[in-house]
Amino acid sequence: MFYREAGQFKTTYEADSAKFPIFQDKVFIWLYLAIGFIAIPLFGSQFFLDAIMIPFLVLALAAVGLNILTGYTGQISLGTGAFMGVGAYACYKLTLAMPDVNIILLIVASGIFSALAGVFFGLPSLRIKGFYLVVTTLAAQFFLEWAFIRFPWLYNYNPSGAIEVPQREAFGVIVTGAAASSEARYLVVLSVVVIMTWFASNILSGRIGRSWMMIRDMDIAAELMGVRPLYAKLSAFAVSSFYCGVAGALMVFIWQGAAEVEIFDYNRSFQVLFMVILGGLGSLLGCFLGAAVIFIFPIVMHHALPPIWETLTPWTMNSSQADLVAAVIIGVMIVAFLILEPHGLARLWAIFKQKLRVWPFPY
Amino acid sequence: MELLNQIFIEPFQTMYALPDLLLQTLWEGFVAGTLYSLIALGFVLIFKASGVFNFAQGIMVVFAALVLVGVHALGVNAYLAVLITLGVMALLAMTVVRVVLKPLVNQPDIILFMATIGLTYILIAGGQLVFGGEPKAMITEELGLPTGSSDWEVGGGIVIFQHIDIAAAVIAVILIAGLAIFFNKTRVGRALRAVADDHQAALSVGISLEYIWMVVWFAAGVVALTAGIMWAAKSDVSFALQVVALKALPVLVLGGFTSIPGAIIGGLIIGLGEKVFELYWGSTILGGGTEAWFAFIIALLFLLYRPEGLFGEKLIERI
Repeated sequence: MFYREAGQFKTTYEADSAKFPIFQDKVFIWLYLAIGFIAIPLFGSQFFLDAIMIPFLVLALAAVGLNILTGYTGQISLGTGAFMGVGAYACYKLTLAMPDVNIILLIVASGIFSALAGVFFGLPSLRIKGFYLVVTTLAAQFFLEWAFIRFPWLYNYNPSGAIEVPQREAFGVIVTGAAASSEARYLVVLSVVVIMTWFASNILSGRIGRSWMMIRDMDIAAELMGVRPLYAKLSAFAVSSFYCGVAGALMVFIWQGAAEVEIFDYNRSFQVLFMVILGGLGSLLGCFLGAAVIFIFPIVMHHALPPIWETLTPWTMNSSQADLVAAVIIGVMIVAFLILEPHGLARLWAIFKQKLRVWPFPY
Repeated sequence: MELLNQIFIEPFQTMYALPDLLLQTLWEGFVAGTLYSLIALGFVLIFKASGVFNFAQGIMVVFAALVLVGVHALGVNAYLAVLITLGVMALLAMTVVRVVLKPLVNQPDIILFMATIGLTYILIAGGQLVFGGEPKAMITEELGLPTGSSDWEVGGGIVIFQHIDIAAAVIAVILIAGLAIFFNKTRVGRALRAVADDHQAALSVGISLEYIWMVVWFAAGVVALTAGIMWAAKSDVSFALQVVALKALPVLVLGGFTSIPGAIIGGLIIGLGEKVFELYWGSTILGGGTEAWFAFIIALLFLLYRPEGLFGEKLIERI
């Protein structure tokens, strides 16, 4: 950054291993949080909150979940969509059973159910890895998707087969249902995402997180050094699915307001996987950068590309073609990032910061 | 008790009482299985030669069929259109190897796998952009493929065989035989097997990896085109096919990732299994729709007991 850490001396180990060891970084984090919690709800338009910020935060949380599994533990998963679905349906049943309980508590609690599902489908990971795991997580995806349709109890025998979110309050404010204001819903999502990301970052720098990374880097060596693969892998599956489940519950209750099973199909799994790849495997910042690019870029293209195209060329273009162009560009970006910068946008950001830090000298 | 009856007795009673239904189901399963086999075959070819798990194989099937129909729609003769499509697939193979695979040599397998997922998205969106997203009819008659059907009377009922299905099975057999001859009798085929065995040893005796990879991706493209024509002749050319193509993954698990006979037999097992299960157990006990996950759950169970598949090489690898 344009600031330097010169003159900041650490006198304790705690200070040295702090999350943000540099004073200016701390200031910036508080600044970002202030913008997120105060400025955006005050000045953001309803469209900006509903269509951009809330989905972005929800998907970023799902990406954090997948990144724990794929980026930090090295187990690739294509079942993210289904685990999000488990969270959403669990939350729906919980709030119907206990209408008076604070909905935010239930959203977080529903993650436990998807964590259980994640552990169950993660069991094969003890015997297999790599592509084989892709197949088992796809099994989770297709089986759970089928189960969501086939058991009407899950959506309360609603003839349309969809979940319709009831109106619920948290701390005396309506946060779900049609009557909830955008600001309230945005603040709920933001608080959950910030707290859970903070938790994730602490887990990752702790003993459990380091055992995950050891499994990822070399499983045999990790085992020799006393990491039990059973616990490490299954805990990664549990935590990852927990995050995905909470993201799924938020997606239905706060973002969409009603949900059919299609929003949890395998395209969702791929969308989240792309966020993780593009943002950076093994980086929490990357989850947010990836979610921003994968989610917001197509929206921008959808609105901006047709007019630009029509002024530059004699041909016309409708917005669905613009979506396809955006999809092609995202595909190209995935391949290009894997070739040129496998650590994704997060790494690019780090390089940029380092360049600024030593500027005007090359190193 | 009722449930046990439904699981263990009723299905077999139905099978015995209506043999024509059973035969029809088995035939449909066989046909579906041939197509799964063909898609899985494309995966195996590429995986054997380059160790790349090509997620894009399913969409290559759709893409090949789309190009064929699209070129024919421009007024080109059907057989010429097939040649042009083969050219396009060759071009695709060259591009993929040069642009995607070569820079990623020596990267972890999972990175290459993710690159092919990216490729899948490029092909899906690009294909829709160029050819449009709506389903198109396959040019079955123009290609000289039969379209009628014949009946066969069994035990008081009739079993219907679509001629196109018979043709598909025959063509699949010819294709597989052709590939077997190509692999075993030709110079390039031997080089391919050498690369599959050991990359470094193959390099050291002067085999060009890049060339071999292009050949293999092209061969996978040919298999994809065949699968695409057969599939689309039964339904339509549409992007819905890519979901079905994902079923090639459990087929691979069942048959083993590196075994061509495994891909074929695995495909047939999955095809037959899911149709029979859906009819006799799925629709009565579980309320239907089990075809979506049957193959994957079978693969999941298989992985727990025999991770190398039916015919795969046993990898001794600690996990």
